[in-house]
Amino acid sequence: MAENPQWDSARAREIVSAHAGRDGAALPILHALQDEFGFISEEAIPMVASALNLSRAEVHGIVTFYHDFRSKPAGRHVLKLCRAEACQSMGCATLSEEFLRREGLQWGETTQDGALTVEAVYCLGLCACAPAAHYDGEPVARLNHAILEALAREARQA
Amino acid sequence: MTRIFISQDAASIALGAHRIARKVAEIAAQRNIALDIVRTGSRGLFWLEPLVEVETPEGRSAYGPLQPDDVGRLFDAGFLTGGDHSLRIGRMEDVPYLARQQRLVFPRCGVVDPRSVSDYRAHGGFRGLERALACTAQEIVDTVKQSGLRGRGGAGFPTGIKWDTVLHAEADQKYIVCNADEGDSGTFADRMLMEGDPLVLIEGMVISALAVGATKGFIYIRSEYPHAFRTMNAAIDAATRAGYLGTSVMGSGRPFTLETRLGAGAYICGEETSLLESLEGKRGVVRAKPPLPAIEGLFGKPTVVNNVVSFASVPWILENGAKAYADYGMGRSRGTLPIQLAGNIKRGGLIETAFGVTLRELIEDFGGGTFTGRPVKAVQVGGPLGAYFPAHMLDLPMDYETFAAEKGLVGHGGIVVFDDSVDLSRQARFAFEFCAKESCGKCTPCRVGAVRGVEVMDRIIAGIEAEKNFEVLEDLCRLMTDASLCAMGGLTPVPVMSALTHFPDDFDRTGTLPAAAE
Repeated sequence: MAENPQWDSARAREIVSAHAGRDGAALPILHALQDEFGFISEEAIPMVASALNLSRAEVHGIVTFYHDFRSKPAGRHVLKLCRAEACQSMGCATLSEEFLRREGLQWGETTQDGALTVEAVYCLGLCACAPAAHYDGEPVARLNHAILEALAREARQA
Repeated sequence: MTRIFISQDAASIALGAHRIARKVAEIAAQRNIALDIVRTGSRGLFWLEPLVEVETPEGRSAYGPLQPDDVGRLFDAGFLTGGDHSLRIGRMEDVPYLARQQRLVFPRCGVVDPRSVSDYRAHGGFRGLERALACTAQEIVDTVKQSGLRGRGGAGFPTGIKWDTVLHAEADQKYIVCNADEGDSGTFADRMLMEGDPLVLIEGMVISALAVGATKGFIYIRSEYPHAFRTMNAAIDAATRAGYLGTSVMGSGRPFTLETRLGAGAYICGEETSLLESLEGKRGVVRAKPPLPAIEGLFGKPTVVNNVVSFASVPWILENGAKAYADYGMGRSRGTLPIQLAGNIKRGGLIETAFGVTLRELIEDFGGGTFTGRPVKAVQVGGPLGAYFPAHMLDLPMDYETFAAEKGLVGHGGIVVFDDSVDLSRQARFAFEFCAKESCGKCTPCRVGAVRGVEVMDRIIAGIEAEKNFEVLEDLCRLMTDASLCAMGGLTPVPVMSALTHFPDDFDRTGTLPAAAE
């Protein structure tokens, strides 16, 4: 995953105005900001509010309603482990609990070296080859301990 | 030049399709063999993937499931001319799993280049649209009505009736919205179709626009589907360049433009009114109905909101006629349902077949039993809001009314199989936990009820005051069913109560059976 640039107000303002004219612009804007910076800074809230003629409270409400939007940067790599029923039927609960314990993490946390954030996700549509995950947005199926270990190692190397 | 077909469906990639494609290209380059590698969607037989298919005079010859190390040996075996090898499958169409299906919506998925308009047309695409352009709006709506098509997103509302309402609503602007927020665990038909044959969805949406007089459409795709999002965008661009979208659809003078929107990880946005709020750029909070979206939908305008598979069923219906479609199925469930067989299953995948097929046929004949080889204990049909059924109920046919009579739902056609290691009291607890996490928070029965449900289940699992807590549980479920604003809170009791009814032993921590089991 490419390193995200530092938060940059001028660049953020450009992104906001590039999408502000779209129908229902809030989600496209927030996605574009997060794609660029890896998170949505507190500073973006008045910016988006002013561009869309919304209150800051409304924009804050939108940002916090959706699980995808982060208020602070994630680790260099993000592993999203599926916790939904199809993956449960293939033992994802034990698998992910053991992995989190070995990494010393709770759901949503990042390793101390900043290499890997592990998040819960509920269904990736890979239910015929469970348990499944996304690693930096790329799908991985038929997860087991060895695959998770390899992903954690890979995350630390790059 | 020999053409080779390798899926780039997200599940295929997850199973290693990219690695196989790279290896094929690498070895072909080493051996100076010119190859045309076409990246398709998946046919949905995931236990055979990663898979390559080679074009030969006798049809496409398939090989799989492959490891990267197998690729060199395939070249040695002359697979480019259909040569024999222990992993040779032959024609995919002859594999019983596929041969037994009735693919009306999915015939091209895994066969064509999803981004190619000419490929789509060469495989029968746009014939439904051509027919629709020769019809009046009312004729299109009537055809869809007569076909018996019901919403494939889960609610099963008759599609033609919805379209009729929008057609007859007076407005300066109408919208077509595709619900591609396929959040139910165990479902992936929408994802596969958008990645494997997105043009059929576009064609269905254009037909819908012609039918109701809409000029603008949106496809709301969940963010967990980045591959589908990219393929869908590419297909929209291709269809626009080819004149199937834009200011004059196929030169008819009728405008229709289409845009995708990415969700942001909220399960509730699969509920149509919450989806509309989200599309409008707001928090995905459910709206009270009425007004129906067909009257006051997106930005307050009359809006058709349908699932991916509902729209994608329409081109076939227009091309072949309402009766041909209605000839498939049973009872009031007409046509075909793309069923997704998932979870602990040996041969998981997509099975599109007429309604009426039984769970047993699906799980045993198609699926080959559990992946672990242990006995089936439970199946959950219809996603996280669907019922858990025990192994002795597998003779239930897939039919909206049959499932409703058994206090379950067909939903979006996902089946998750569990072996005998599952504890249904845990699954019941999870149903509440998921609802608590994903509730939009607008109505109290759902927002508070789900949290109370987790607490009650925790006490039951711990064996604390079982009888009293079962009473609270049933009371809570009744309240959520009757008083929630939408299906999220209203149907969360379905998995809970089905688990309690069919698997009382799993809830019995103290030796006293719950009342529901007596």
